[in-house]
Amino acid sequence: MSTFEQIAFGLLVLCSMLCLYRIGKGPSAPDRTVAIDILGTLIVGFCCIMAVGTGREYYMNIAIAWALISFVGTLALAKYLEGRTYDA
Amino acid sequence: MKWLMCMLSVLGLWLLLFWSLDPWVIGTGVFFALIVGGLLGEIYPDGIAKALDPRRWFFLLVFLPYFLWYCMRANVDVALRVIHPDVPIRPGIVKVRTTLAGEMSRTFLANCITLTPGTLTVDIDGQDFYIHWLNIDTDDEARRTAEICGRFEPLLRRIFE
Amino acid sequence: MPDIAYWLIGVGLAFDLFGCIGLVRLPDVYNRAQAATKCVTLGTCVMLAGVAVAAFGESGGAIWPMGIKAIICAVFILLTSPVAAHAICRGAYLSGVPLWPGSVEDAFGPRAQDIRNEQAAAQTQRAEHEETQAS
Repeated sequence: MSTFEQIAFGLLVLCSMLCLYRIGKGPSAPDRTVAIDILGTLIVGFCCIMAVGTGREYYMNIAIAWALISFVGTLALAKYLEGRTYDA
Repeated sequence: MKWLMCMLSVLGLWLLLFWSLDPWVIGTGVFFALIVGGLLGEIYPDGIAKALDPRRWFFLLVFLPYFLWYCMRANVDVALRVIHPDVPIRPGIVKVRTTLAGEMSRTFLANCITLTPGTLTVDIDGQDFYIHWLNIDTDDEARRTAEICGRFEPLLRRIFE
Repeated sequence: MPDIAYWLIGVGLAFDLFGCIGLVRLPDVYNRAQAATKCVTLGTCVMLAGVAVAAFGESGGAIWPMGIKAIICAVFILLTSPVAAHAICRGAYLSGVPLWPGSVEDAFGPRAQDIRNEQAAAQTQRAEHEETQAS
């Protein structure tokens, strides 16, 4: 693993730590939801670094699937926050 | 028509993701495109024939760099506010009225507003946009509308309406 | 790999970091969602552009699919992340999270009350419907 990748991973782990801090402390549920959404996008970033570092393309498959699934999950949480029932 | 467009776009995405013209890949792609198109073709947007007009694609190509430039500026602006020791923000939710009427164009306007300087769409009610603004700098209704919507409205109208 | 790819990924990482600092430093949900959504979305898209540059710059075209997937992923993120932020903010307002006390204006209050009334009306209607069906 090259120095560039090590630094990149370090920065992404730092970002994730900040998100986890907000998930743990966040005074309200929407704060935590925002942080979870951002964590999902950061994982796409992890996949980018892995793909560039190893040159294997299947990491991008993981990135696409993760981006879509985290979007659906965030929408479900947001709809829950609105206080509606799920069938509405 | 809608079903056909849905199937074609799903098949195109499938082939782009696989990046091969193996008969098995194409066969499986057509099979799943038929299923997805049959099930979900109804929710495809109306007026898809507009997409065949080359002028719209030209304006889309003009729009992309314009949008990326504002997006970049927005990010630098927000980043500077965030790392500033006092966090200089003056937030609030304001209401602006857009002149765009189409559904697609309003959706894209809302997305563009969210990704550009210090504004985030909270809700849309007809043509009224409720926007959370990170740094309200004016009380004048007309200047607010110009500042939030005016940048993108002309181009989006040419692309989607 | 071309140097441009390294630069793009580095810029993307910097934006991600600013977004996450904003997530921690800003005072209420709406401001946090603003900073985090904008900076992290653009940062990750720039990183994906870096991956695409790296893949297309490789000679022979062996890992071109990686570049195409990176571009598709960037388009997905650009389209979905503002929608997610908008849904969260609407949900936060309707679930009663107050704006930061330093906020200068709140034009959404009346409209939110309308939406809540509509939801309550729909709920009572549904309850009555279920009651008539049960009896």
